[in-house]
Amino acid sequence: MFAVAKRLRAAGVLGLNQRNSEFIMRLNPRKYYPRVDDKVLTKELAMAAGMAVPELYGVIRHQGEVRRFAEIVDARASFVVKPAQGSGGDGITVVTGRSKRKRDTFRLASGVLTTRDEIEHHISNIVGGQYSLSGNPDTALIEYCVMFDPVFDEVSYQGVPDIRVIVYRGYPSMAMVRLPTRASDGKANLHQGAVGAGVDMSTGQTLTGVHHNDHVDEHPDNGALIAGLEIPQWDFILESAARCYEVTGLGYLGVDMVIDRDLGPLILEMNARPGLNIQIANSTGILSRLRRIDAIFAAHETPAERAAVAKREFRAA
Amino acid sequence: MKHKTVYVLALLLAAAGLSLFLYKWQLLGFPITEDRETPVWTIEAAVHFESGPGSIKVNLLVPTLTPGFRVLNENPVSREYGFNLNYGSSGREAQWAVRRADGPQALYYRVSVYQDPRSEQSDTTPPFPPAPVIEEPFKTAVDVIVSDVREQSADTASFTTELLHRLNDRSPDPNVQLLMSNVSSSTQLVETATTLLAAARIPARMVHGFPLAGRQRNAPPVTFLEIHDGDQWRYFNPRTGAEGLPPHFFIWWRGNEPLVGVEGGSSVRVDFAIQQNHVDAVAIARTHASQDDIRILDFSLYSLPIQTQAVYSVLLMIPIGALVMVLMRNFVGIEAFGTFMPVLIALAFRETQLLWGIILFTLLVALGLTIRFLLERLRLLLVPRLASVLIVVVMLMLLISIVSNKLGMDTGLSVALFPMVIIAMTIERMSVMWEERGPADALRAAFGSLLTAVFSYIAMGLNWLEHLIITFPELLLVVLAFVVLAGRYTGYRLLELTRFKVLAKG
Repeated sequence: MFAVAKRLRAAGVLGLNQRNSEFIMRLNPRKYYPRVDDKVLTKELAMAAGMAVPELYGVIRHQGEVRRFAEIVDARASFVVKPAQGSGGDGITVVTGRSKRKRDTFRLASGVLTTRDEIEHHISNIVGGQYSLSGNPDTALIEYCVMFDPVFDEVSYQGVPDIRVIVYRGYPSMAMVRLPTRASDGKANLHQGAVGAGVDMSTGQTLTGVHHNDHVDEHPDNGALIAGLEIPQWDFILESAARCYEVTGLGYLGVDMVIDRDLGPLILEMNARPGLNIQIANSTGILSRLRRIDAIFAAHETPAERAAVAKREFRAA
Repeated sequence: MKHKTVYVLALLLAAAGLSLFLYKWQLLGFPITEDRETPVWTIEAAVHFESGPGSIKVNLLVPTLTPGFRVLNENPVSREYGFNLNYGSSGREAQWAVRRADGPQALYYRVSVYQDPRSEQSDTTPPFPPAPVIEEPFKTAVDVIVSDVREQSADTASFTTELLHRLNDRSPDPNVQLLMSNVSSSTQLVETATTLLAAARIPARMVHGFPLAGRQRNAPPVTFLEIHDGDQWRYFNPRTGAEGLPPHFFIWWRGNEPLVGVEGGSSVRVDFAIQQNHVDAVAIARTHASQDDIRILDFSLYSLPIQTQAVYSVLLMIPIGALVMVLMRNFVGIEAFGTFMPVLIALAFRETQLLWGIILFTLLVALGLTIRFLLERLRLLLVPRLASVLIVVVMLMLLISIVSNKLGMDTGLSVALFPMVIIAMTIERMSVMWEERGPADALRAAFGSLLTAVFSYIAMGLNWLEHLIITFPELLLVVLAFVVLAGRYTGYRLLELTRFKVLAKG
């Protein structure tokens, strides 16, 4: 037992206790949490900083506004409904289209048809606070449904694969691609069964993946090879992630991005308490990289310079 | 810098808690285990006499200095008599007085004592006694004996032993025979010995008391000889000359004066009865501390009313449950619903007993979950839905109680003791997790909650721990110190070792 702990320590693996006390509590001031916990605010801040985000179609803040839903999505064929303060991807509904004959019938990402009533009930639940971190009344967002880039077509099952970058004191330190599986119901969250693939920071190429805390080389649904995929616009992704440090003021930050077929990389959301499975996906402890950043930290560097530092320093072995 | 503050704070808390604990344990004698009961002897002196025609005044010598014992309490029983405790020449005296009384009278004085080896004789050093004035022919005999014994002894103690040997000799020499001619009782023997010791300028006196053992209805006082060797008082058995008091010997009064004096009465008789019982050691320690005027006790749990004490006996164990939570969360890494919900569930288990608690809790949550999924179809808003679940939970509890009562299982009734809001919240959280993350995660978190609750229950139910915390609430400071330190623990959680095991291979 102690031998395992010792080996993990040697491998620079970050544990939850250390993440919380040494990084989150030290570098993430609580007053900045709303900037990432409230997705409406995140979107506003990112847009103000000139960063690309999925377009916001509408916001439903009260139970009384739920009936505005039809009006908001009237001109849209596809959209996403999500809680502003949801955690871990809970409460997100992806609508990819609607029935030709009945406009009140929607097609979900899973292919299942659903009615306007169902979606409105879901929005009521969101507004009532079912998915919010604190259980308080929440706001529902209705936004652009990303048409994801075909690069991940083969290795994802429905849903939207996204790219998670851990940004430490403004420097991208580790990244992974999260690939939805049948088991994860099209969601890109690892604890729901999505596959995470590590990314070589210097090239933007995927490494092997992790599924439920275990290494996998192939996608569990279709057997496609996970490693060796080239993430497009990698430099831009790294730089965008680095800029989120200035946007949020959080020193230990998880930035989630998606690559749209037409719009390129978009900031989807940010997380002040990013999970630790990214270490398994990369087969590397993150602690040594964080310590390295501490050593070379330079306050005056621009996001582009910091992205370049990440590319230089964190080449996959 | 901040790290240091935490360590210093933890150290201070632990030091404060532990030192108070040690003080109460070692110096005030608070017991650290629950079953420690101290034997307490109650000795009752009953003064019987026939009342005369006029006013009556009764003097009874009562214990003053009691080496090896401490007085727990003392009280006189005397209906219409006025009562006073005074210091007389031979120590404390109980005084009763009444204007007139008819017929046989009985007055009681009762004292409860317990053994305390720390209670020592703190009497003053007496002056050398004046040489006794003795008439001839006794004077010559005394002088001869004293000089003979002095020849054959080295110090005060050996002098006394040798003297007592001679006085008790079966074939005494003529001088001893002369002195012992009118000695019949132990008391007279000691009186004679005292005179002889006074002639040798050794301070000596009689002590009267009882070897305490079990229950004695009529215990005669036993007389011992007490001498002062210049440093301390020493005791001798007047019959054998052996030094020391018998075990559990309780000294009632000292000196030659009569035990009781009654003015205006006749046929005086004093009976002593001894009874042994066991009293909670905590009670004794408290009395002890209050006699010594120790202020800490004024702020202890025991100064509260009994009902409030009962409430606190539960509340004080909650920190222990919280400690278990910290261990399970930050050191083991078990997931559970809510932060302290398992502790509240564990509190409910205290009422239902563990096995039934688990069964009822599982049953209630499972039933509630089913209802919750049915309600989901109705598409209710969040708060009304939570309220519905709550109402259903209450009705389920009622149902379980009624059914189990019909089946003759009393334990089912205790389901009513579960905090229903907690159950309703558990059901809600679990159903959300069930839908969002799948049954596996929901069941794992539910199992984690239950496991943590069970561990909390076990920890909070440890009798010795409960006694320790209630008797020494300052130990919570030590718990606090540990929890504060745990807040700075940055090592891996136990379950992380398996979670990251692929990374440990490299």
